[in-house]
Amino acid sequence: MNEKVIVFGATRGMGRALARAYAARGASLYLLGRNEAELARSAADLVARGARDCGYVRCDLEDARDFAPALDAAFSALGQVDVVAVTAGLFATQEELEKDRSLAVRVLQADFTQTVLFCEEVKDRLLGQRRGALVVFSSVAGERGRKPVVLYGAAKAGLSRYLEGLDHRHRADGLLVVAVKPGFVRTSMTEGLEPPPFAGEPDEVARDVVRAVERGLPEVYSPWPWRYVMGVIRALPRAVMRRVKF
Amino acid sequence: MRAPRPTRLQGWGRQSRLGIERRGEDLERLGAVARLSRGLGRSYGDSSLPAADGEIVLNTTLADRILAFDEATGLVRAEAGLSLVDLHRITLPKLMFSPVTPGTQFVTLGGMVAADVHGKNQHTAGNFGDHVTKLRVRVADGRVIECSPDEHPDLFSATIGGMGLTGHILEVEFRLERIPSAAIVQESVRIANVDEFQEELEASAKEWPFSMGWIDAITGGASLGRGVLYRGRWATPEEVAGSPPRPRRAAQLPVDFPSWVLNPASIRAFNALKYHSHVPRVQRRVVGIEELFYPLDAIHDWHRMYGARGFTQYQCVLPRRAGKGSARRVLTLLSNLGAASFLCVIKDFGREGRGILSFPTPGITLAIDIPIRPDTPDVVRALNALVLELGGRVYLAKDSFTTADELARMDPRVEEFQRVREVWDPERRFRSAQSVRLLGDSP
Repeated sequence: MNEKVIVFGATRGMGRALARAYAARGASLYLLGRNEAELARSAADLVARGARDCGYVRCDLEDARDFAPALDAAFSALGQVDVVAVTAGLFATQEELEKDRSLAVRVLQADFTQTVLFCEEVKDRLLGQRRGALVVFSSVAGERGRKPVVLYGAAKAGLSRYLEGLDHRHRADGLLVVAVKPGFVRTSMTEGLEPPPFAGEPDEVARDVVRAVERGLPEVYSPWPWRYVMGVIRALPRAVMRRVKF
Repeated sequence: MRAPRPTRLQGWGRQSRLGIERRGEDLERLGAVARLSRGLGRSYGDSSLPAADGEIVLNTTLADRILAFDEATGLVRAEAGLSLVDLHRITLPKLMFSPVTPGTQFVTLGGMVAADVHGKNQHTAGNFGDHVTKLRVRVADGRVIECSPDEHPDLFSATIGGMGLTGHILEVEFRLERIPSAAIVQESVRIANVDEFQEELEASAKEWPFSMGWIDAITGGASLGRGVLYRGRWATPEEVAGSPPRPRRAAQLPVDFPSWVLNPASIRAFNALKYHSHVPRVQRRVVGIEELFYPLDAIHDWHRMYGARGFTQYQCVLPRRAGKGSARRVLTLLSNLGAASFLCVIKDFGREGRGILSFPTPGITLAIDIPIRPDTPDVVRALNALVLELGGRVYLAKDSFTTADELARMDPRVEEFQRVREVWDPERRFRSAQSVRLLGDSP
C-alpha cells in the first residue's frame, strides 16, 4: 500500500498531525504551503517519521495564481494521487475580525472563496484520474450562526455547503469528498482561547480523518463528541441562541 | 489580539505559580515575548515556573519536528519540544536509542539539555549533554546562535545544565546509540543495608552499563537503607527470542489521593512488602525498556499520589572523597528528622558533566521523595547542612527549597555561570522562580 497524499497546510496544527499520520503509514507525501523554509523542515520531519518520500512546493492560499502550478508539480511528482487534504486556512476571533475590516476580508476570502477555488483545481485533476479523495478542513463553526464565530463561521458554513454539493454531484464519478468538522482542538490556532469541554488534540483528529477516508465517509466530526454537541446546538431555538454565549 | 489569562503552572512536585503559557510551533518568534522556556513540566521544583506572577512562559511542546536523522551515524537534530517518547517511537524499530535517558520518557529534548539529565548509565555514559553536538539558542538580544564545543563554547557549556537561563533552546543535535535489541537483561538483587548498596553499586559498575537501587528509607538500625538493586544491559537478539518481554500498558491516576494516604505506616508496610517479597535474592530476566528505565511512567500523573500539597524530591550527590559511610549519614539524618519518604533511589556517578552547572560528580547520589509538610523547608535546611559538610551538592532540576546562600557555598561554579550570563544576558531577561530564589534575579 503506497498511498500518495498531498497536504496543503502541513507545517502546523492539524495539517501537521494529518501528514504525520500518513507518514507513519509509509505514504509518499507532497506538501503545499506558504513558507519554503518551513516546508523543507516539515518534509524532513515526515521522512524521519516514515514517509517514503516527501516533496514540497510553495503555494499561498491567498493567491489563486499559485494553485494550478503547485498542483501540477505535486501530481507530476506523485503520479496517481490518493488523497488531497486541505487544512490551510485563516483564523481570527470575532472580536479581532470586528475591529479590523481588512483582516475580515482576508479571512472570509481565504476560508471560502480561495479554498473553493483550490478545491475546484483539485476536483478537475482527481476526476481526470476517476478516483481519489478530497479532504477539506471546514469547522463546526459553520454548523450554526453563533455569537463567537459570526464571520469565521459564515465562511466555514459556505465551505461546508460547497463540499456537500461536490459530494452529491461527483461521488458517482469516483470522487470522494470528505468535509472535516473539527471541534475545539488545541493547536497554535486556538492558542490563548479558553478550551471548552471535549477539546481535542490534533493527533486524534488526524486518526479520525484517515479512518473516514478509508471508510468513504463524506463528513467527519472530531473529536467524536462534537457530532452530538453540534446536534444539540443545531436543535436549539433561536431565542436560546440569542441568550447563550456560545 | 487575544489576551491569554494567567493559569496555574505547576512543577512536577505540584508547587505552582500564576503564569501565562504561550504555545506555538514557532519558538523563535514566540521567544521574543517569553522570559523562560518550558517543556513537559517534569522538573520537580520551580525551575520551569515564571519568576513573577503573570509572566509569560513559552511552552515548547508544539515545536517537535525532527529536522535530520542519519540512520547510519545516529546523528539526530530536532526542535527542542520533541519528547523522548515520540523520538523513541520512531527510532526504536530501527534499534536506535538515546544514549542517556532520565527516569521518564515524558521529557522534551530542550528540557533534557537544560537539566543536563542523567540516567541509570551515568557511570559509563555520563549525562545527556555529553552526547549533544550542537544547540541552537535564541539569546536575550534576539539573536539566534548555533553553539557547540567549538562555536561559542561558553554559551554551550552554560546552556547544558543551565536550567533555561541562557536563552530559549530552539534545536538540539545529538547522537543516538545503536542497540542490539529493544529489550534489557535485568538483574535485581536484594540488598541488606545502605553500606552494602554503596559497595554493590561500585562492583556492578564494571559489568553492567545500567544500575540503580530502590531504598526503603524508613526502616532504621542495622537494616537502614535496605532495598533492591537493579542492574541491566541491552539484551542480544537471541536472548529476546528466548524469552520475549511482556508489553506494558500505562494506567492513569485520574484523581488526587487524599494527603493522608501516604503516611509513615502505609509507606512502612509498602516498603516491607516490596523488600521481603523479593525472593530469591537475585533474579534475572529479559524486560522491556519501560520496566528498567521508566517504571513510574506506568502510571500517568503518579505525582497525584501525593495529594494537592505535592512533594519535593531531594536529590544530592556525595563525592567519593566523602567516604563510604556518607550515604548512611544522610539516611540516618532523614530518619531522625522523621521525614517519611515513599521513594528513595540510590545510584553511583562516574564523572562530571560538561555543563558549567551539571549536577553529577563522581560519587553516590540519593534521590528522596518527601511529601510537602509545614516543616519541609527545615528538613531541607538540615539535609543541605550535612551535604555541605560532605562536600556534595543538590540537583537544580529537583530542587524547591535550597537557599541562595546554600547554593553559593555548595557550588562555586555558580560564579562562572553568572559570568557567562553577564555576557549573553546582562539584563537578566531570562529568569525563573528558581533563579529568583537561588541566583538573586529580581522577582
